[in-house]
This record gives sequence, C-alpha cells and structure tokens, in this order.
Amino acid sequence: MKRTGLIVLIVIAVLIFWGFSWGVSTGNKMVTMDEGVSASWSQVENVYQRRSDLIPNLVNTVKGYADFEKSTLTAVIEARAKATQITVDPTKLTPASMQQFQQAQGGLSSALGRLMVVAEKYPDLKANEGFLNLQAQLEGTENRITVERQKFNETARTYNTYIRQFPQMFIASMRNFEKKAYFEAEKGADKAPKVQF
Amino acid sequence: MKNYKSALRAIVFLTALILLLIPGLKAQSEFPVRPEPQRLVNDFAGVLSGEQQAVLENKLVGFNQKTSTQIAIVIVKSLSGYDKADFAVKLSEKWGIGQKGKNNGILILVKPKVGQERGEVFVAVGYGLEAVVPDAVARQSIVGAELLPAFKQNDYYTGLDRSTDVLMSLTAGEYTADQYVNAVHKRKSKSSGFVIMLIVLAVIFLAQRRSSAYGIGSGQGFLGTLLLMDLLGGNRGGGSWNDFSGGGGSSGGESFGGFGGGSFGGGGAGGSW
Repeated sequence: MKRTGLIVLIVIAVLIFWGFSWGVSTGNKMVTMDEGVSASWSQVENVYQRRSDLIPNLVNTVKGYADFEKSTLTAVIEARAKATQITVDPTKLTPASMQQFQQAQGGLSSALGRLMVVAEKYPDLKANEGFLNLQAQLEGTENRITVERQKFNETARTYNTYIRQFPQMFIASMRNFEKKAYFEAEKGADKAPKVQF
Repeated sequence: MKNYKSALRAIVFLTALILLLIPGLKAQSEFPVRPEPQRLVNDFAGVLSGEQQAVLENKLVGFNQKTSTQIAIVIVKSLSGYDKADFAVKLSEKWGIGQKGKNNGILILVKPKVGQERGEVFVAVGYGLEAVVPDAVARQSIVGAELLPAFKQNDYYTGLDRSTDVLMSLTAGEYTADQYVNAVHKRKSKSSGFVIMLIVLAVIFLAQRRSSAYGIGSGQGFLGTLLLMDLLGGNRGGGSWNDFSGGGGSSGGESFGGFGGGSFGGGGAGGSW
C-alpha cells in the first residue's frame, strides 16, 4: 500500500514537471511564431516601400510629356504621401490598423492604375525606354506585393490557429499573445493595376 | 476482453493510416506534382522532343553543379485559372527551386498557345537572384528578346535554349558551388518530451504490474495508443518534403541532385502571345 502511494506521488510529480516544461516550450514556440509574423510583416512593408520608391521616377518620366493630364499625376503624388504616412507596428496588427493601412495603399494602387490607363493614350510615352523599364518594375512590384501579402496571411493564420487551439490557448492568454489581423481580399476598385503590354 | 483489445488495435491502426494519408491528400492540387526522379526540364504539354529535353536538361544540370543555381523549365497545359505570375511563384515555392538560404532559383513557366488560347510565359526569379536579373531585364532581355519571338514561331526549343543561355550568363558570377553548404536538416528535437513520456510509461507499467497482481484489469491499451499517436505525429512533421536538401554540392554523375528548397518573392516578368 505504501509503495502504491509513492508511485502515485511520483506520477503526479512527473506530470506536473511535464506540464510545466510543456508550458514553457509552448510559450517559446509562440514567441518564435510571433517573430515570424513580424518578419513577414516587414517584408510586406518592404515591398510597399519599393513601390513607393518607384513613384518619383515614374512621375518625372511622365511629366516630360507636356500635355500629360496633371490631375492624374497629382492624384498619384497625394496618394503616395498618404500611404507613406501610415505604418503599422507589427506587434499591434489589429483589424483596425490593418484596414487603415490597406485603405491607404489601396488608394495608391487605384491612383497608379488610373495613371497607367491614361498612359495608354500617349504612344510616345509608351515607346519611351525609361517608361517601359518603370512599367516592368511596377508590374514586378505589384507581383511582389501579392506574394508577400499571401505569405503574411499564411504565417498569421498558422500563428492564430496555434494560439487559439486547445490547450495552447491557456498559455497564449497567460502570456498575452493576441490574434493578428489578415489582409482582406480587395474590392474591385482597389485592385492592383493590371499593366498590359 | 479479447474483442475489446482487437477493436482497440483496429482503431489505432486506422488512426495511423489516416494520419499518414493526410499529407498525401493535402499535396493534391491543381499544381503539377514534382516528378520523381526530379528533373529541371519538365514538359507536361509535350512540345519538346525527347532529345531537346535531354539537351536542355544536361545544360541546366551542369550549370547547377557548377554554381548551385537552379534554372528550371516547366511547360504546362493549363494555368488552372491562375494568373501566370501567381502560378509561377506558387509552383516554384512548392517545388523549392534553388538552394535554401540562397534562394537562387529561376523558373521559366510556359503555357503553350493552343488554337485560340493565348500562350503565356513567366520567368520567376528567386529572392537571391533579383539583383542580377531585375524585372526590367527579365522583361526585355529574356521574355521580350528571346522567348516571345521564338514562341511566336512555335519554336519552343530555341526560345528556351537561348533564354537559358542569357540567364546563365547573368547569374554565373553570383553563386558558386563551394559556397554551398548542405542545409542542415533541422529536425525538431522531441527528445525531452519523449524521455518524460518514457518515464511516465515506465512508472505506470510498474504500477500496473503490481496492480495486476491484485487482479485489476490490463489497461495499457489507452496509453499505448497515446504513445503511438505521438510517435506518428512526430514522424509526420519531420518527413515534410519541404525539408528536402538538394545535392548541388556533389559533383558525381550527370543526374540532377534535386531541388534545394529556394524561396520566391514575385520577382521576374512575363508575357503572352
């Protein structure tokens, strides 16, 4: 009888130890995953930054064509200014901040889209080597934005699923790991400009 | 008692089977499955002759062995409704073209023109090569100057042959095979949890031996199941084919060592005709 009691005690001790080390390793895994989400977020910001950096060049090239619609150009410049103002702290990826970010970048996307449509009307511009280069870079950047957004959504989804599952959710709430917001599919008007060749 | 045991065994077996099948089910999608043995030239649409495929394959395998840079050609019948850039990036990531860490892979994705359907081509450039093959170069020197003119003549081989030459000369200086270090297979260590599990099992086993002396039933079935499931779960994670590490470093035969797990970020350019 005495030995049975001892065995039960050992089992309980081992289980507690096991539970504790599980909690620690689960918490650490969440830290790693959280860092992964932050890393994919900075990739997202990088590619948006890349697009933003292309715009001054694009504006200068287009400006050379004297009769180019001024209103389209100012719209792009303004949308860019607005978009660069909004940055999101990767530790605070809430739906609200995400929506704000998406709205600002979406505004720039549609302004750029309009500029590309207008550019179609200028055959000289379309033959310009510099413009063609910019067009290729812009198209590549839009592809990169799509890819990085998808990758971000994937890492955020893996993280969100992990922290909300039983039994990890207890550790997540103990250590204040919060759900990250996703990029929503954009509505028609905000779609990235499709540059046709 | 015996019936109960065999039923339990059947459940364990079925669970194991299902767990093993899940990754297989997931891999099924619209994307072409990476062939075994792996090749750099994959013509799923049948536009290249066997000899042409062999010539391209040899050239690209040789380049891979010299530089560890992987240039792959995939010709598909259909893009399954995807945008060509999207399809190319997803396929490249799935197959893992290029070496892990260096991300020095390039994919030339071709959907041939069939009747009224437009032909589509996209050259996807891995993260590590974006600096030497910028989008504008991909669009003008590769897609515009080499691929599209030949493809318009229905001459797929010439387009692919010349464009791979250009890509090889652009990327030749970027990576060398000596830099290539076999990606250490980072298998997640489960040992600490496993040891504790063993201790618990041993204790329970001991307790059971004692208790069975008193005639209390033999209940090791449930824990055995748990252990088996844990083991299976572990194997499932470790065997993921994304961890595949390529053989770019070996300079043995002519055969391709396999894709290395490179990553893509949407760089490159495409066109249609």
